[in-house]
Amino acid sequence: MKYSIDKEGFYGSFGGAFVPEMLYPNLEELEKNYNKIIAEEDFIIEYNSLLKDYVGRPTPLYFAERMSEKYKCKVYLKREDLCHTGAHKINNTIGQILLAKRLGKTRIIAETGAGQHGVATATVCALAGIECVIYMGSVDIKRQAPNVARMKMLGASIIPAESGSKTLKDATNEAIRDWINNPLTTHYIIGSVVGPHPYPDMVAKFQSIVSKEIKSQLFEKEGTENPDYLIANIGGGSNAAGLYYEYLENEKVKIISVEAAGKGVESGKSAATSVLGKVGIIHGSKTLLMQTTDGQIIEPYSISAGLDYPGVGPLHAHLLESKRAQFISITDEDAMEAGLEISKLEGIIPAIETAHAFAAFKYLEFKEDDIVVVNFSGRGDKDLNTYIEYFDL
Amino acid sequence: MNRIDKKLNKEGKLLSIYFTAGYPSLNDTEEIIIKLEESGVDMIEIGLPFSDPLADGPTIQDSSTEAIKNGMNSKVLFDQLKNIRSKVSIPLIIMGYFNPILQYGVKSFCEKCSEIGIDGLIIPDLPINYFETNYKSIFKDNGLHNMFLIAPQTSQERIRYIDKISNGFIYMVSSSSVTGSKNSFDSNQLAYFSDIKEMNLSSKRIIGFGVGNKETYDIAVKYSKGAIIGSAFIKNLKLKGTNSIKEFIKSIRS
Repeated sequence: MKYSIDKEGFYGSFGGAFVPEMLYPNLEELEKNYNKIIAEEDFIIEYNSLLKDYVGRPTPLYFAERMSEKYKCKVYLKREDLCHTGAHKINNTIGQILLAKRLGKTRIIAETGAGQHGVATATVCALAGIECVIYMGSVDIKRQAPNVARMKMLGASIIPAESGSKTLKDATNEAIRDWINNPLTTHYIIGSVVGPHPYPDMVAKFQSIVSKEIKSQLFEKEGTENPDYLIANIGGGSNAAGLYYEYLENEKVKIISVEAAGKGVESGKSAATSVLGKVGIIHGSKTLLMQTTDGQIIEPYSISAGLDYPGVGPLHAHLLESKRAQFISITDEDAMEAGLEISKLEGIIPAIETAHAFAAFKYLEFKEDDIVVVNFSGRGDKDLNTYIEYFDL
Repeated sequence: MNRIDKKLNKEGKLLSIYFTAGYPSLNDTEEIIIKLEESGVDMIEIGLPFSDPLADGPTIQDSSTEAIKNGMNSKVLFDQLKNIRSKVSIPLIIMGYFNPILQYGVKSFCEKCSEIGIDGLIIPDLPINYFETNYKSIFKDNGLHNMFLIAPQTSQERIRYIDKISNGFIYMVSSSSVTGSKNSFDSNQLAYFSDIKEMNLSSKRIIGFGVGNKETYDIAVKYSKGAIIGSAFIKNLKLKGTNSIKEFIKSIRS
């Protein structure tokens, strides 16, 4: 298995758990238990039943006819935007809250940037009746007022991260510090396939439901489980990991990861880690990240708050390095135009993160019978203000 | 013999001070080191600042952010320290997160440390196994100790393992917390100190995190060979400047 984790927690040379000793017992506890717990029958039954009745799974695999016509291939959209709370994020938070309960944890912490993962975490904590503390950069709190209000309605406490650049990376630092301070009672629900081992693997497994469903849905529609292309947007890379998971070892299925170029890869305002990143350590993981030559982490930029992470999950660094995945960087401008185009072509307003994946189409060439599955990772409601301002709607 | 070992083998309790290089001003490094030695401190941990210090509380986060803004990095630090051994003989340890060291190149970093006369490193986020597999021989070749941390949740089995592979001292984190978040010890911590003392480890232990005044220092050294003060020292530097160093050390050790 070339693309799964080894016993030390590495994908090739990426991953591991580069954390202070204080966190070693927490991670060891998770590492020893997560694979066992998620394979237990009662866990599987509860997880699947919540995904079905609470999240609304399976999400449709929709043949996008007008888009297919325009880009001269067969485009299918995996409708993760139809999940409860509006994005794929909840697949992971449902899994982790059930895991936390089985580990006897009584308090949940999480980081959030745009607030989507924070809302998905606050939601499952309400569902489980567990205390929830969300760390969010104080800059993001101001930018994302509706999601802050949602989390509050769901009963979460929100702690502003005031350190560093006061955004996602700092909120993640604060959550990790909280976990150091509260090692026994607390489970940390990381929102993407980032952070120290075992998080990247664990989150990928909880998101793998996306590609599991695609296999049977595609077989029903096309008589094959295997598309020719998979396309996903990528910040940390959780929706992408979910989309690729079942197909990683099947190299006939091509993978295209779309990252945010912001105002342009060379503009100094970008989140294009595949181009700008170098190998280093961020949030306990050895991966590609944007940093100065001295090794200080650089604050990324994208119009999409969900893609402006300075690193990428170690799985994705491995997929890039081994050339299993092709990476494309998409500017704010291209993404916004694609968001508008897809709304008009298919009647679905995408999150700006998701719009990046659609913007890649004009730079790609397909054969007419190519089956292309795009992860429609989130809906655009949360981004309406940005759309309104950008297009003067 | 490594200067750290010499100190550890001497009678009496040790006081080690951590400060962030490049703070309050970029070029304070040498003056701080000299004044610390003159004040009778036993060891110095020179903090190499990092943008995202996971194990640190607000004081060291802020001093790190400032230091980076001031222009501190590995190259600048090495340049500032290049003649330090003609001025002081105190054991010098560089403490920093792994990423800046990785970017400099672990081998080059260690060689530079050896050239200058640095005695050891503390890299809180470099996992022990990863170190043992990849870097142990580089450290050894350059005469550098790599000191490991233990914390209240560390299992006895793991403590025994760390004791076995340690050189220099074991950095004993006093509580489940980031740096600078506590200024007194509670009964759980005292019980932990005494449990570890009773393990009769072969490595000497130095207690850090939450040691910030005479009271906590005196308690910590009852259970260990010495103690490390970081955040409290940095706070004092911020308020009173480098001229207050002697007075601060006196307040701990009078």
